Amino acid sequence: MSRTTRARRAKREPVGRWIDDRLGVAKLARTALNKVFPDHWSFMIGELGLYSFVILVLTGAYLTFFFRASTTEVTYAGSYDALRGVRMTEAYRSALDISFDVRAGLLMRQIHHWAALLFLASIVVHLGRVFFTGAFRRPREINWMVGVTLLILAIFNGFAGYSLLDDQLSGTGLRIAYSIALSIPVAGTWITSLLFGGEFPGPDIINRLYVIHILIIPAIITVLLTVHLAIVVRHKHTQFPGPGRREDNVVGERMWPTYAAKATGLFFLTAAVVCFLGGVFQINPIWIYGPFDAAQVSSASQPDWYMGWLDGALRIMPGWEIRAFGFEIPNPFFPGVLLAGLTFGLLFAWPFLEARVTGDHGEHHIDDRPRQRPVRTALGVATIAFYVILFLGAGADVLSTTFGLSVNSVLWTFRFAVFVAPVVAGSVTYRLCRELCRRDGLPMASKVSWGEIPSRLLGRHRPPDASPHPAEPDEPMPTHDELV
Amino acid sequence: MTSPEPTSGGAAERLAAACFLLATAAAIGLAVVYWRGGQTQLEGIMLAVALGGIGMGIVVVAKAFLPDEEATEAREPLASPEAEVAKLTADLESGEAPVARRRVLVASLGAALTALGASLLFPIRSLGPRPGRGLKTTPYEGGRKRVVRADGTPVRPADLPEDGVITVWPEGHTDAADAPTLLIHVRPNQGFRPRPGREGWTIGNIVAYSKICTHVGCPVGLYQAAEGLLLCPCHQSTFNVLEGARPIFGPAARSLPQLPLALDAAGYIVATGDFSDPVGPGFWDRER
Repeated sequence: MSRTTRARRAKREPVGRWIDDRLGVAKLARTALNKVFPDHWSFMIGELGLYSFVILVLTGAYLTFFFRASTTEVTYAGSYDALRGVRMTEAYRSALDISFDVRAGLLMRQIHHWAALLFLASIVVHLGRVFFTGAFRRPREINWMVGVTLLILAIFNGFAGYSLLDDQLSGTGLRIAYSIALSIPVAGTWITSLLFGGEFPGPDIINRLYVIHILIIPAIITVLLTVHLAIVVRHKHTQFPGPGRREDNVVGERMWPTYAAKATGLFFLTAAVVCFLGGVFQINPIWIYGPFDAAQVSSASQPDWYMGWLDGALRIMPGWEIRAFGFEIPNPFFPGVLLAGLTFGLLFAWPFLEARVTGDHGEHHIDDRPRQRPVRTALGVATIAFYVILFLGAGADVLSTTFGLSVNSVLWTFRFAVFVAPVVAGSVTYRLCRELCRRDGLPMASKVSWGEIPSRLLGRHRPPDASPHPAEPDEPMPTHDELV
Repeated sequence: MTSPEPTSGGAAERLAAACFLLATAAAIGLAVVYWRGGQTQLEGIMLAVALGGIGMGIVVVAKAFLPDEEATEAREPLASPEAEVAKLTADLESGEAPVARRRVLVASLGAALTALGASLLFPIRSLGPRPGRGLKTTPYEGGRKRVVRADGTPVRPADLPEDGVITVWPEGHTDAADAPTLLIHVRPNQGFRPRPGREGWTIGNIVAYSKICTHVGCPVGLYQAAEGLLLCPCHQSTFNVLEGARPIFGPAARSLPQLPLALDAAGYIVATGDFSDPVGPGFWDRER
């Protein structure tokens, strides 16, 4: 045993020496190996997103060797009987070829699609974790905004990806996206004409989306992911309260060897799950949808899950639009552009809005337990309820056929539920948080009165007295750890 | 530091080794499946077992043999000391000052960069044509055109039974995305009421509307003949065919545009002109 160890060391040292002689990185490497990561299951969710992205890049690179982003008309002559002799674009034909005639092609395509769904899911759940634990507070506002940007890019790139194949479902999705962009006041017709190269379907859109999908956005995502992780290293990860854990330390596991081993194991396990899904569970069977035909659509046309809230909003919106002086703001602008803009705008602004309302501008490295912040937690749950209702609204037609209800009554139910459900979910959460805190004997953030919120948001709030912490009514009472 | 017990260590070592060997077998299996012609499900399972075996093995090793030691690291303040900031500011200013004092230099460089930035925006214009009348017109524009099915065959009124619906295009334009049209034969007793001014636009009880939804452009494909309703399968907008395809439910805010119909000398259905309104989703200057 000892002989082999010595032999290995003798072999490794010259290599390490060789590198260090030229780069002088021993000290840096040792600092990296000794870096401490707090351990909690919820801190792994972001990792899942990173690993899915790696899988997306690997499988995506393979797919680019076979996919042709061209709208040239061809006649299918491949090995799928049902479509032989059918006129279609080269893009759709190459997607069929990947599925039927490239060995391991269908596996790669399906792994790519499942990994995209997991990528988006981990980003959204990770965002929820950061929100509910208050890990976006100073000094992490910049990283929060980098994360929200990554979410937007991931949603857009997922949509761009499945729109490339030019099947019936994706063509319908593109047409809807075109109409939403067209609805933008003043600039809409220009934006769509420049993006699509003319009127829908436009000669250039598939080719352009391809460049956007495989080059531009992945490159931006890679840069932002690097920035995201570098900032985490700079800040050091947040930690939950516990014995020995303070605002000025990090308690956890060292990077080397245990944490690195677990993270590597998690990467392989994530890849295993995605590969299993990609092999066994069919996804986006474009050969069933057929090539895109502008005059046809199938019922139960739903987008991928992360676009569901937008599709649901389009359905739930009543038939209103604004027309005046010969100009109009068409209906899809409100759910398609305004809602999306508000959603991401509020996400970007949240750390600053919350700091204004609570008056808490201090640094925080200890995570909140969601129950100790009843107002934030209730608002978060209400927001989730809102988007879940929109998401379910995208399935209004499926729900109505499944349960034998009229689609009108299902949609009317959603039109009310989209306002009622957030209120109910929020107030139940609020009560639950307070009750849980009382039961556990935890200190709890005291209430900011609702009437004060507008003046606080506008920055006009004046503290009522000159006590030592006048403007921090929502500051939780210090836990025993913070008093050290 | 907790050193792992030797007895459990033996079991863990066997388990981890079994995981790695299983992964080896699955990886070889994957190669064999691929070599023998490929099979998607088997490939996926083999790949999953190979990756999962490696992952499980590493996790077992990490839990059994690697130190499970709690470490503490200090978290230094993020903000730099005032002295550092002051030095940085001084360094920056020492480089800036000689130029900043020369106003003409700063202004002219600013002008050059702004002009360059603005002129670099112009190539964006090459991406697409100026949006023009195309959004407001379809290939029906400009005189009488026969309407034809997808295979190019013209249509006689007798081809449409009562309650019947077919999709047609202007002859020679069956690939135009804005031209799909629904010919609908409503029953005589259903109470079809033409819009004022469009009394002559139908042939008997055959009426033609754009198939492109005025909401976001999906084809309005579902006809509920009993009520005379057209339903869009995408977002459930519903149009009343008997009242000028007026929207009665869902997000669509405008009626489906109507196509004026007539018969030609040979008895085939023709369109006498373009639709009553711009087809499809709305836009800012649609009514201009």
